Amino acid sequence: MSPATQAMQKDDTQNPAMLWVKDGEALWSKPAANGKSCASCHNDAPKSMKGIAATYPAFDTQSRRPIHLSERINLCRKNKQDASPLPPEHQDLLSMESYVALQSRGMSIAPHRDKRMSEFFTRGEKHYKQRIGQLDLSCAQCHDDNPGKRLAGTPIPQAHPTGYPIYRLEWQGMGSLQRRIRNCMSGVRAEPFAFNSTEMAELETYLASRAAGMAMDAPAVRP
Amino acid sequence: MLAPALAAPLTDTPGDPARGRAIVANRQVGLCLLCHSAPIPEERFQGDLAPSLAGAGSRNTADQLRERIIDSRKLNPQSIMPSYHRADGFSRVAPAQAGKTIFTAQQVEDVVAYLMTLK
Ligand code: HEC
Ligand code: HEC
Repeated sequence: MSPATQAMQKDDTQNPAMLWVKDGEALWSKPAANGKSCASCHNDAPKSMKGIAATYPAFDTQSRRPIHLSERINLCRKNKQDASPLPPEHQDLLSMESYVALQSRGMSIAPHRDKRMSEFFTRGEKHYKQRIGQLDLSCAQCHDDNPGKRLAGTPIPQAHPTGYPIYRLEWQGMGSLQRRIRNCMSGVRAEPFAFNSTEMAELETYLASRAAGMAMDAPAVRP
Repeated sequence: MLAPALAAPLTDTPGDPARGRAIVANRQVGLCLLCHSAPIPEERFQGDLAPSLAGAGSRNTADQLRERIIDSRKLNPQSIMPSYHRADGFSRVAPAQAGKTIFTAQQVEDVVAYLMTLK
């Protein structure tokens, strides 16, 4: 990241993602049609949501697979607020996700060491190492074998999911980790995993374990 | 009739170095500059994942260059360089590119002709 982008991320008054955080904070206590807001069940987010984002994707006992934080938020909407789920990358969803993610800032990525997660982790690692697309490249070939080198002008990062959702200058907006991963997958001319697919959750489960112990800096800014 | 050797020219029309240069310079067509640098000064932001293409024509014969571009995996199974003229053996290829090679046979010849000028 350039010093300018880093500075933008460090200073919350300059970090555009904080606009989404503000919206998320307002949505937190906004009642749905049934009168319930997130706050009705979870009270103060800075207390109740502290460290939560750092544990996702997490195992969902109903669907018996790992789910993203955004899917968890949608489950609460459906089951507790009688509201319809928001589609992937919906601005309100990104706002709530940013607000919840902010409560994990500085904390270590701490994926659940749950036995039920291990098969998903194993498949996620396979996805990460599988060559895909017409360019026939795996995530590992760029992010494990060549980080720091330049792909055209762009330094290849280590693909640690510490900052999501992110404000990306290229998108002129917020986006989730799924959106970022789908970009890399289309970049190698592969058919990207669908939003909220099990494969995507597996891949993210692997990325989270790979980054265990790293400090969260969400919501981050990227070029 | 004997099948032609893998590295023999793919087309009857000889490669055109000027067209080859344009292909190499183009980030959507050749993609070469994502990984390699080349003596194409008007293109800024060249990659450094791979050796410079400068001098490729003195280090390699035309046949070697052709083989490398058709299917770099034949030379080095671990190579990150895409196979530009192989259509099978891939997974999850996007529907728009499924079953297609990155380069046409003529594009392979054009790029080889350009690389041979890099002495
Ligand atoms: C050809 C090289 C290449 C491949 C293959 C690739 N990526 Fe990336 N990836 C990049 C580059 C370059 C960036 C930085 C892009 C930018 O900032 O503009 C990036 C960014 C990322 C990021 C964001 C990291 C951050 O700091 O925010 C994640 C996460 C990621 N990639 C995951 C993946 C996954 C998962 C795969 C496989 C499905 C993959 N990538 C395949 C080159 C690649
Ligand atoms: C994703 C990365 C990547 C892309 C894209 C790529 N290459 Fe390569 N290329 C490499 C790597 C890495 C090597 C080093 C040998 C190896 O690992 O296979 C290489 C080796 C070569 C060599 C042999 C080195 C020498 O000079 O003797 C030539 C010639 C070459 N590439 C030409 C091209 C051309 C032409 C294109 C575009 C049509 C291209 N490459 C696209 C990664 C790439």
